Amino acid sequence: MGSNITSPVAKAVKISGVTLEVVQGGEGESVVFLHGSDGMSVKTPFLEGLAEAAHVTAPLHPGFGHSELPSDFKSVDDLAYLYLDMLRELNLSNVTLVGESLGGWIAAEIAVRSTERISRLVLADSVGVRFGSPTEVDIADLNMLSQEEVVARSYFSAEVGRRDLVGMSDDDLVVMSRNRVAMTQYTWSPYMHNPRLRRWLHRIDVPTLVVWGKQDRIVSPAYGSKLAALIPGSRFVTIDRCGHYPHVECPNELARLVFEFMLED
Amino acid sequence: MKTWMFCENAYAEGWDKSSESLRNNLPNKYCDPRKAADILHRHLDEWAMADEWGLNICINEHHATATCLTADCALPLYALARETKKAGLMSLGIHIANRPDPIRIAEQIAMIDVLSRGRFQMGLVKASPYEVYPANAQPVGQTRRFMEAYQLIVKALSTHDGPFSWEGEFFHFRDVNIWPRPYQDPHPPTWFVSMSPTGGAWTADNGASVATFLSGRVSKLLFDNYRKRCTELGRPSSPANLGYLAIIACAEKEEEAKRRAWEICGYLRTSPVVAKQWVNPPGYVPVEENAKAIRASQKPGYVPAYATILQHDGTRIPQATATIDEMIDNYVVFAGTPDQVFSQIKEYNDYVGGIGNLLMMGQGGHLNHADTMDSYRLFAKHVQPRLNELKVEPYVERRQVLAAA
Repeated sequence: MGSNITSPVAKAVKISGVTLEVVQGGEGESVVFLHGSDGMSVKTPFLEGLAEAAHVTAPLHPGFGHSELPSDFKSVDDLAYLYLDMLRELNLSNVTLVGESLGGWIAAEIAVRSTERISRLVLADSVGVRFGSPTEVDIADLNMLSQEEVVARSYFSAEVGRRDLVGMSDDDLVVMSRNRVAMTQYTWSPYMHNPRLRRWLHRIDVPTLVVWGKQDRIVSPAYGSKLAALIPGSRFVTIDRCGHYPHVECPNELARLVFEFMLED
Repeated sequence: MKTWMFCENAYAEGWDKSSESLRNNLPNKYCDPRKAADILHRHLDEWAMADEWGLNICINEHHATATCLTADCALPLYALARETKKAGLMSLGIHIANRPDPIRIAEQIAMIDVLSRGRFQMGLVKASPYEVYPANAQPVGQTRRFMEAYQLIVKALSTHDGPFSWEGEFFHFRDVNIWPRPYQDPHPPTWFVSMSPTGGAWTADNGASVATFLSGRVSKLLFDNYRKRCTELGRPSSPANLGYLAIIACAEKEEEAKRRAWEICGYLRTSPVVAKQWVNPPGYVPVEENAKAIRASQKPGYVPAYATILQHDGTRIPQATATIDEMIDNYVVFAGTPDQVFSQIKEYNDYVGGIGNLLMMGQGGHLNHADTMDSYRLFAKHVQPRLNELKVEPYVERRQVLAAA
C-alpha cells in the first residue's frame, strides 16, 4: 500500500501549448505510461503500484480524459512529437517508456524517432503495424463490433470490462464520449496502424520487452510475437488470464514485469 | 408548388432477413440480382412518367443497405435526363462528405446538367451517420470535410478559365478543369438537407435551398430559421428555396389510400434498423450532447427525439408506433382521396408559411407497381393542378375544426 506522498495525482500540465491531464507521482527512476484505446482511469492500481518505487508520468492523450484536443491533431505522429516534447519539457531522462495498446504504437513511434531520453521500452499488447494480406484482420476492428463483443475481446474476465452506465457521473459520460472521438481521430484509417512503421522498427536501440495478454482477442499473441521479432534484441512474454489491457486486468503482474525489467542490466 | 417523385428503390424482400441490422452488414447473398434488376427498371418506369404527369424527379442515394438499391444517384438521374424532356431532376443527395473525390462528383453533376439541358438541381448531403463505415469516411471533422468538398465542387463547376489547384485540409488536386462544364450558370441550384431547426441558418449562410424529410411540425421551425437568416443576410428567400418530403398516397377510396400509405411507411419501420455500434459514430454530435443522450437512454421507454413525431400540443410520440392518422395529423403523411390529400397539403402549406417544393415519397416497402402508378396518376391529375395555383392562407388546423364540429 503506497503512502499518500507517493500516490499519483492528476494535474493539468501544458506541453507544447497543449493542456494535458497528466497523472504524476512517486519518486525514483522515471516511468512514462502511455494508455490505450479505452482511455485510462486517473486513479488506478497499476499507476499506484508503479509510484511505490518509481517516478510515474502518465498523460491522457489529447482528446482523452480531460486533455485538450487541438483541432489540428490528427494522427499518432502528432502524439509521438508531443511526447518527445513532454520528455524534454518535464526534464525526464533515462525513461522506461511503457505503452499499452494504442499507447504501445505511440511508444514505438517515439522510439524510432529518438531514444535520447529513453533507456528502455515496454510494449504491452501494442498495435501500430500489420502483417497480413489486405483481407486478413490482424487487429479486431472496434468500430465494427458490438459493445458486448468489444468487451469480450478486450478482457479475459467480462466482469472487468463491464461498464455501469447508470453509476457513471455526467463527467464520466463526457469523458467516455471524448475518448471515443479521440480514438477514432487517431486510428480510423489505415485502421489502427501506420503502414510505414514496420520498416523502421529496427531503429529502436534500447532494450525492449514485449508483453502480451495471452487471451488478448483484439491483437493476438502471435501478432505480438511477430512485432517483437522486428525489434532488435527484444524479449516476448505473455501474461495468462489476461486480455488486451493488462494495466487494468493484471496490474500487479504488469508492474512486476516492468520493475524486473528496470532492474536488469 | 412543384412536386418531385421520390423513392428509395428499396429491396423490400430482404427486410425480413434481419431484425437487428438491414444496413452495413446484411450479406448481399440476400439480394437476387434478377429481382434487383426488376426493381431498378420498375422505378425508372415510374419516374419516366414525370413529363406526362407534370411532376419532377428526385433521387437519393444510400450504401450497403437493403433499404435502398440506388448506390449512386447520378446513374438513374443520367438515364432520366435522357428519357425526359421537361421534368426537373434533383439529387437529394450526393454524399459529398463521404465520397473521396469531389471532382468526380462535380463531373457527374456537369454531365447530368448538360444532358438534361439545364434541368438539374444539386442536393449535396452528409448522408446517414451509419454510412461512414461502408464509405470509410472519418466521422470526426466530417462537417469540415463537407464544407471543403462543397467549396471545391462549386469552384470546379464555376471556374472556366483553365485549371486551378487545391491543397486543402482534406482534398488535394493539381489540375481541376472539368469537361463538360455545367449547363446552368454558375452551377445548378444547390440544396442542403436538415432535420433540425438549426440547420436552417447554416444552409442560408451557404447560399443553398433547404429541404427536410418527414420532420412534420419541426419543418416549420427549420423554415422559419432559414427565412429569418436569409433576410438578415440581405437576400430574402422565396418558397422555391424550401422543400418538404412527405409520404404521400392517393386512391379513389380513403381506406385504400391509407393502406398504400401504410405500405410506404415500411420505409420508416426499416430505415433505422441498423446495429447499435453504427447509429452514432464518434464525433457526429458534440460530446456533451452525446453524454446527455446516453444518460437519457437509461430511462425506460426512452425514444431519441429524431425517432419521434412532434404533435400540436408539443408532446412527442414514437414514430415507430404512430398510426397513419397520427402521421397525417402531424404532416408526416398525406393520404386519402385526391381532395383529402389536397386539403392536407394545403393545411401543411399554410402551417409552414408556404413552400415551393413538395417531395412525394410515393412508393416504399411492398407497395406494388400498379398501386404506385395509380396513386401518382390520381395525384398528377387531381392534386397537382390545384397545387400549381396554391397560395398561402391563414393556417386552420383541420383536426381542431373536426374536433369542434
